[in-house]
Amino acid sequence: MAPLLSVQSFHVHYGPVQAVRGIDFEIREGEIIALLGANGAGKSSTMNALVGLVPVASGKVVFDGRDITHNAPETLAPAGLTLSPEGRRVFGTLSVAENLMMGAYGIRDKTAIAAAWDRVYSLFPILHERRDQFAGTLSGGQQQMLAVARALMSGPRLLLLDEPSLGLAPKIVEQVFELILLLRDQGVTLAVVEQNVAMALEVADRGYLMAGGQFVVSGTTGELAHSDALHSAYLGAD
Amino acid sequence: MDLFLQQTVNAFALGGTYALLALGLAVVFSIMGLINFAHGELMTISGYVLMYCGLAGLPFAISVALAISAAVVAAVLMERIAFRPVRNASGATMLVTSFAVAMILQVLFQNLISARSQAVLLPQFLSDSIRFGGLIIGINKIGAIVTTVVMLIFLDWFMKHQKAGIAMRASAEDFSVARLMGIRANTVIAGAFALSGLLAGVAAVLWVSQRASVDPLMGFTPVLKAFIAAILGGLGSLRGAVAGGFLLGAIEIYLAAFLPQELQEFRDPIGLCLVVIVLLFRPNGLIPSAALKAEKV
Ligand SMILES: Nc1ncnc2c1ncn2[C@@H]1O[C@H](COP(=O)(O)OP(=O)(O)OP(=O)(O)O)[C@@H](O)[C@H]1O
Ligand SMILES: [Mg+2]
Repeated sequence: MAPLLSVQSFHVHYGPVQAVRGIDFEIREGEIIALLGANGAGKSSTMNALVGLVPVASGKVVFDGRDITHNAPETLAPAGLTLSPEGRRVFGTLSVAENLMMGAYGIRDKTAIAAAWDRVYSLFPILHERRDQFAGTLSGGQQQMLAVARALMSGPRLLLLDEPSLGLAPKIVEQVFELILLLRDQGVTLAVVEQNVAMALEVADRGYLMAGGQFVVSGTTGELAHSDALHSAYLGAD
Repeated sequence: MDLFLQQTVNAFALGGTYALLALGLAVVFSIMGLINFAHGELMTISGYVLMYCGLAGLPFAISVALAISAAVVAAVLMERIAFRPVRNASGATMLVTSFAVAMILQVLFQNLISARSQAVLLPQFLSDSIRFGGLIIGINKIGAIVTTVVMLIFLDWFMKHQKAGIAMRASAEDFSVARLMGIRANTVIAGAFALSGLLAGVAAVLWVSQRASVDPLMGFTPVLKAFIAAILGGLGSLRGAVAGGFLLGAIEIYLAAFLPQELQEFRDPIGLCLVVIVLLFRPNGLIPSAALKAEKV
């Protein structure tokens, strides 16, 4: 079976800064992929470039059989690919319900949207309770839930999560990872960028370790857990 | 007391027009970081359409509708032709582009229409007035206040209850993430310009109704004032634009009415000093924009 996402010799540059330098990877339907690496490794650049928020310098991205390398960001959510960006970035001056409504903005199918509301409110009853509150007034954990819920409103087949556990209390972090497993059971394929390596290795099927814009190790999470590169990456040595 | 009430009505009429103009600037600024100085030329276009419609003997209601539509169309064209190519450029580049657009339009008006001020035929009833006890209030003032209130209610409803309006607020707060949701950059920016054109068109009708004339530079002063009002209120904040517009209108009218004769010469500098004093205490304006903190990808 063809992979859901395939990425070939992928480069991302910011002027002279080469943030991502030729990575190749695939994600198959139903998998959870972990993308690991120290600060500045190029993880967010990869995620943002996949969804068109920053330009792809060179390489090729095929999603669901279509070349989306240079697609505008607004075309991807309707195609089934979306990102919950680093730092959550909920619309703080919009209500919770308005944030969710925006999540489904690109979707035409009314029944799909109605189903998404049901799904999101049953996954996150707290968001239903707080639906008229400004998103900016939610706690960090609730904002993270909202960021994921907003991404789910477009009914993605592949959901990219950039550091979903960043800055959250340990108990909430656990909920986030439970949610990731739950979403996989609901048929969502996920790629998760994480600083919380132990947790990421626990839930993911496979992982990639990034340093200096390249993959240094990849493999099943079992293989990664035992690799020296993983240990050195997080001790700050390359 | 009557004089004070009289001037308060004037302050609301003038402040309302500033508020509409400042809102037009703020809607565009909040989404693409552009201060569109050619906003005034949208007003001028509406003014000329009113003038030509008057000459053609069209009913006033139709003239007004055409004048406002002209500003909307011109705003959308302006975006498409002049601002889209520099959309990702720096704020300074966009600002200079807007000056260029303003000057090109001014020169066109001067050469194709007339460099001099032209009279605009207005219906008689606009210059009538109504008595409320000791107050005598012009129909045009009442019209300006009522129109402003209707426009503000409309805009509030649009931004809160229409999907397109909510998308505009989302885009103003975080444009990249809004695009990620499937909100089209081109559509939301064109929509912001259309809305700013609508506001400029309405403001132009109110402005011309008080003066019955139009000239190539007509839009310059009110938009400069609206720019000050927008900063006073908090650049990019819609509520701030409204607050700043009304406050600036009040400052100007009350100074004109109550400043001693010897000081009238210094009215504008004194008004600006008051604005600066407000900004000293509230550097981000009366009601700062929420997007100040939002970073870009
Ligand atoms: N907008 C930008 N302009 C210039 N350089 C950038 C930009 N964004 C990121 N970089 C640089 O690109 C490199 C990769 O950054 P990126 O944000 O992708 O790393 P990351 O792996 O997500 O790190 P973190 O764990 O801190 O989120 C870094 O050297 C960073 O300084
Ligand atoms: Mg990152």
